[in-house]
Amino acid sequence: MKVLRDIKLMFIRNMQHTLRSPVFIFVSMFQPLMYLLLFMPLLNSLGGVPGLPSGKTVDVFIPGLLVLQALFGTAFVGFSLIDDIRSGVIERFLVSPVNRSAILLGRVLRDAVVLLIQCVLITLVAIPFGLSVSLFGFLLSLLLYALIGITMASISYGFALIYKIEDALAPTLNTIALPVSLLSGIILPLALAPVWLQTVAKANPFSYAVNASRALFAGNFQNIGIIEGFVIISVLAIIVFLWGLRSLKRMAA
Amino acid sequence: MVEDLVIETKGLRKTFISKEKGGKKEVEAVKGINLAVKKGIIFGFLGPNGAGKSTTQKMLSTLLRPTGGKAKVLGYDLAEQQEQIRQNVGCVSQAGGADLASTGVENLVLQAQLYGLDAMTAKKSAAEFAERFQMTSFIDRPAQSYSGGQKRRLDIALGMIHHPQLLLLDEPTTGLDPQSRAYLWGEIKKLKAEGVTVFLTTQYMDEADKLCDTIAIIDYGEIVVTGTPEELKSSVGGDAIVFSFPSEETARKAEAMLTEKNPAERLQTKTNTVHLNIKDGEKMMPELLRSLDAKNLRAQSVTLSRPSLDDVFLKYTGRSLREDERK
Repeated sequence: MKVLRDIKLMFIRNMQHTLRSPVFIFVSMFQPLMYLLLFMPLLNSLGGVPGLPSGKTVDVFIPGLLVLQALFGTAFVGFSLIDDIRSGVIERFLVSPVNRSAILLGRVLRDAVVLLIQCVLITLVAIPFGLSVSLFGFLLSLLLYALIGITMASISYGFALIYKIEDALAPTLNTIALPVSLLSGIILPLALAPVWLQTVAKANPFSYAVNASRALFAGNFQNIGIIEGFVIISVLAIIVFLWGLRSLKRMAA
Repeated sequence: MVEDLVIETKGLRKTFISKEKGGKKEVEAVKGINLAVKKGIIFGFLGPNGAGKSTTQKMLSTLLRPTGGKAKVLGYDLAEQQEQIRQNVGCVSQAGGADLASTGVENLVLQAQLYGLDAMTAKKSAAEFAERFQMTSFIDRPAQSYSGGQKRRLDIALGMIHHPQLLLLDEPTTGLDPQSRAYLWGEIKKLKAEGVTVFLTTQYMDEADKLCDTIAIIDYGEIVVTGTPEELKSSVGGDAIVFSFPSEETARKAEAMLTEKNPAERLQTKTNTVHLNIKDGEKMMPELLRSLDAKNLRAQSVTLSRPSLDDVFLKYTGRSLREDERK
């Protein structure tokens, strides 16, 4: 089918770009590793507070940290799209017969693959810190991170297509990613939050993703939070991808 | 619609909404133009920056949706048959469109695949085009290391790789050195010899003059005149003489005198130069100079030239092409 072929071509093209300087795959792992090495020890002495069982902080912290990586690791991919807009590459693709959604899908799928490599590596690094994880749960959680990555990457591309210049892009993306991550109980469990903050967090789709991620790591497959997380993030991913696609089509308006 | 027309537009129009202080404002970039481009020619679309050239080309390549009017490209309806147009038209934008981080080969192979070629054929095709545009020595390097001329060659090869019947070129030689320009002109002529119709957007008079079979001059979103370079030049009427005087005042006086002497000829004064179009310029010039001297209006320099497209532009727009680059 033509659209699948187009997606494959675009995916390979973008993957080639990533592999041209693979070091950047590791550079963007720096932040989560810092959290792992320099922040997680602080949590150990907090063990026992609500939401953070004593002796098991790593099991709660890592699945949250991976969601954080899914949010921030993909938040700034829009910058690469601005390069392509400026050099006329996107315009060249748009006047070719290539499928419109393939132009964007080829990118977000590349971003998802890069993210999953990072998530696997971070998890491996966490094992010596005493992480215990259900293998099946972990594999399922990768799918969840991919969906989060696709969501964030689509937002990033959508704004890149609207702004077309770098200046406003980073502040916009930070403005979205920061409150969203704070309101999902990644750094500290939301169980510690005052009621109003917990209420606000309920409106944050990514807090459901963090719940699902933690349940999956624990192998707690009966937890309804898993289904909730997947459904909410899937719907969100589809909505923002379509929004990004609309921004792409609007370039030709 | 006529059979042998490759591009035909009727009242093609594009307005943009621009946000300004005090609300939104409609800007009419292309004000309903009619074009008829015959098969197998090089059609020059000439005008200053901001005249609406690129906007028109972007509409014809399906990138921008027209606000109004009708157009057929290669016989396909611009509003209804965009897929067919995309498959059969080649397009090189002003920015070029080469992927700078990738090598020339990677660029060409992907482009060929996007137009439906399988990987093997795409590679063969890329090698052919590298050969044809004399790019073999640098084609395996990333495009960001190319010189301006080398990058342009890659851009045009990208637009040609699927062997389109119509090639849209948006200011292909802007910013290039003279050798690269001459080289590209040669390539564009070769395309024509192969039967490809070329729609060439340019702001260079000499380029339009040397390359094009038909020229349309666009200004402020409207076509002011269309014709072959010869027709346009002869429409100016005679040769161009430019007198330059020490001051604007002298120039004004000289204009008055020359008007009196040659009431039928076309005259224009800009600061301290007087432009005059006159038949048999070389015979008339000595006499004109003598009569100026007699009134003590001494010209500092005089140039005589055959009418150029610059004169054509001046005649139809009242301005010289270079003098008012718009913001």
